[in-house]
Amino acid sequence: MTTTLALTGSPLWYASRASGTLALVLLTATVTLGIAAGGRAAPRCIGRFEIGLLHRNLSLLTLAFLTMHVVTAVLDPFVHLGWAVAVVPFGASYRPLWLGLGTAALDQLLAVLVTSALRQRLGVRRWKAVHWMAYAAWPLALFHGVGTGTDTRLPLQLWLHAGCLGAVVAAVWWRLAKAGPGHITGRLPAATAAMAVPVVLGAFLATGPLQPGWAQRAAATTFVLGGGR
Amino acid sequence: MNSAAMMPLALPHPSAPPGETRLLADWYTTGRPATLNDHLTRYGPPPVAAALGSRTSVPLVEAVEAAGLTGRGGAGFPTARKLRAVAERRGRAVVVVNAMESEPASCKDQFLSTVAPHLVLDGAVLAAAAVGADTVHICLPRDRATQHRQLSAALDERRRARLDPVRLRLQALPHPYVSSESTSLVRWLNGGPARPQGSPPRTHERGVHRRPTLVNNAETLAHLALIARYGPDWYRQAGTPDEPGTTLVTLSGAVAATGVLEAALGTSITTLLDRAGEPTEPLQAVLLGGFAGTWLPRAHLHTPLARRDLAPLGAAPGAGVLIALPRAACGLSETAQILAYLAAHSARQCGPCHLGLPAVAEDFTALAAGRADPGLLPRLRRRTGLLPDRGACRHPDGAARLAASALRAFADDVDHHLTHGPCPAAHQPPRIPIPPATPPETWR
Amino acid sequence: MTSTRSLRVNRITCTGQGLCAELLPELIDLDEWGYPLLKDRAVPDQLRTHARQAVAACPRLALHTDRGRP
Repeated sequence: MTTTLALTGSPLWYASRASGTLALVLLTATVTLGIAAGGRAAPRCIGRFEIGLLHRNLSLLTLAFLTMHVVTAVLDPFVHLGWAVAVVPFGASYRPLWLGLGTAALDQLLAVLVTSALRQRLGVRRWKAVHWMAYAAWPLALFHGVGTGTDTRLPLQLWLHAGCLGAVVAAVWWRLAKAGPGHITGRLPAATAAMAVPVVLGAFLATGPLQPGWAQRAAATTFVLGGGR
Repeated sequence: MNSAAMMPLALPHPSAPPGETRLLADWYTTGRPATLNDHLTRYGPPPVAAALGSRTSVPLVEAVEAAGLTGRGGAGFPTARKLRAVAERRGRAVVVVNAMESEPASCKDQFLSTVAPHLVLDGAVLAAAAVGADTVHICLPRDRATQHRQLSAALDERRRARLDPVRLRLQALPHPYVSSESTSLVRWLNGGPARPQGSPPRTHERGVHRRPTLVNNAETLAHLALIARYGPDWYRQAGTPDEPGTTLVTLSGAVAATGVLEAALGTSITTLLDRAGEPTEPLQAVLLGGFAGTWLPRAHLHTPLARRDLAPLGAAPGAGVLIALPRAACGLSETAQILAYLAAHSARQCGPCHLGLPAVAEDFTALAAGRADPGLLPRLRRRTGLLPDRGACRHPDGAARLAASALRAFADDVDHHLTHGPCPAAHQPPRIPIPPATPPETWR
Repeated sequence: MTSTRSLRVNRITCTGQGLCAELLPELIDLDEWGYPLLKDRAVPDQLRTHARQAVAACPRLALHTDRGRP
């Protein structure tokens, strides 16, 4: 069954799936580094500036693969997506809600890109405020991948998702463990979110994509506000 | 002095300028706070129209420059340069009167605004005219209710007399040590905490409500009010050619009469101590400039109170605070307690101040208590050197100055504490009244 | 391009992350609490690129270069 699932479609469709998966892995690495290096604790063997550079370069690579993911998905004749889908969330003809999550994540990452390029001019507070959205973009991208992904039911893909989830959750816990006392108002939500995302994702997988008939249900789910179809 | 208040007043001719005592002239004559009526009888209304200059008068900024007036809040910055910097900016300016006086050993601004409130307010109004401001904020500490009431009454008098062409607003601020820093005032007036802001942008560029803002000490403005009336030549009759004029001095510690007096700049410290009724005990040193000041050992007490003479000793007149330390006291433990107070009052914004001040205070306490390890003195010197010029304000610089000067002035005591343990006086309660070293309750 | 540059640290925003001292050790040391100590505020021409990188790397945007001498 898996073979038939994987071998249908055009080369563009393969490219889109592969680049999407890679982008998720790279985004996970970026977010993990960002979370882990944001605190005061740092490993001795590597310079802090190197972590910073790695974080930046990984994020640029993420965007490169995301561009490829979007372009190939739009060009692919199978799903008939317009270019607007790349920036306007929840308006797609194909799995509007799940694709829209990906668009929303992309929009947020673009905002982070622009503000980071202009951060010297914007000042640290405004830049940081937008940068925090990258934390929201990651779960959006994850749910987008799981909800839209053609390959969600492949065991390898499931392991990949589990790995991504594990890395980010571990980074959050590491940072919280290394941080000193105080700032409970900021840290409690972070800890809660780090616990909630795996639970929600697991429940979603069990009731959604891993059940038979998901393709029909995903196509029918529209975002309440977005209207879709 | 109270008997003088009962007698019919023999005021000098209204136009006769005051002599050696200027700001406090009225107080010395009458012995009671000057009402608006007293003030107007003596000085007449503030020459607001003349402040901008006309055919018969020079602009106030030029008069202040010719007079050589410098800020009396501690930094001693030339007042004319401040006025000019604000006046040259575009847009309506704001004037802030700094009467916060958070230095625990100083009470000259409080005293001045009690006995001659209208001199301070005249100065603020004249400065506002000179820089093109329409609003004056008078900043007082929230915990001085009496001062607030008195100034409020003075403002009511002026309002009834329709004296001032600008809005005067009384503001009650929280009172931690660094809240009297000019950027703290601006930040609080903009709705933030009364913590130093750092720069740029500087206050004269973008201050209260993003407008060009002039922040001046209350005493400075009172001097300015007199310069506007009597001119720079009169102002220069007192003081030294480099540092003209008079200054208010707060004397405390081992002197017979603690309090505020007015003296010409360049008066020697010994003379000032004598005018405060002479020391009550043999003196060991004088703390000049307040808690963020410099210890001057007895050998240097003949030094004139002037920037130029004090600079080689690493000292400055500052806000004119003199604390006389008797020989029986332990200079090191007094310093340790002052440092602990200064550390507690750090705004906790800048790392070197937030972490460095407590570290220096702790080292100093260990030194004073005779709990010194061999590395203590080098460590203390190194840490003291890490403080200056590394904060958004000059708070760490002041603490470092105090610590370094104590190590110099009490060098023999340092040796004694290191080799023989603490001196007997180290166990006595401090002779200088130092507020508890607890962090401020509020910055809002 | 001959105008000199000088370094400035915004002490309030600086949290002592220490990246600047890694990238510009010629001009910046760290004190015992991890906060930057400017050995020399003036940036020599041959260090200008390094200074720019250090400014860009500060996660708190607390390091600045200003035109003109310190």
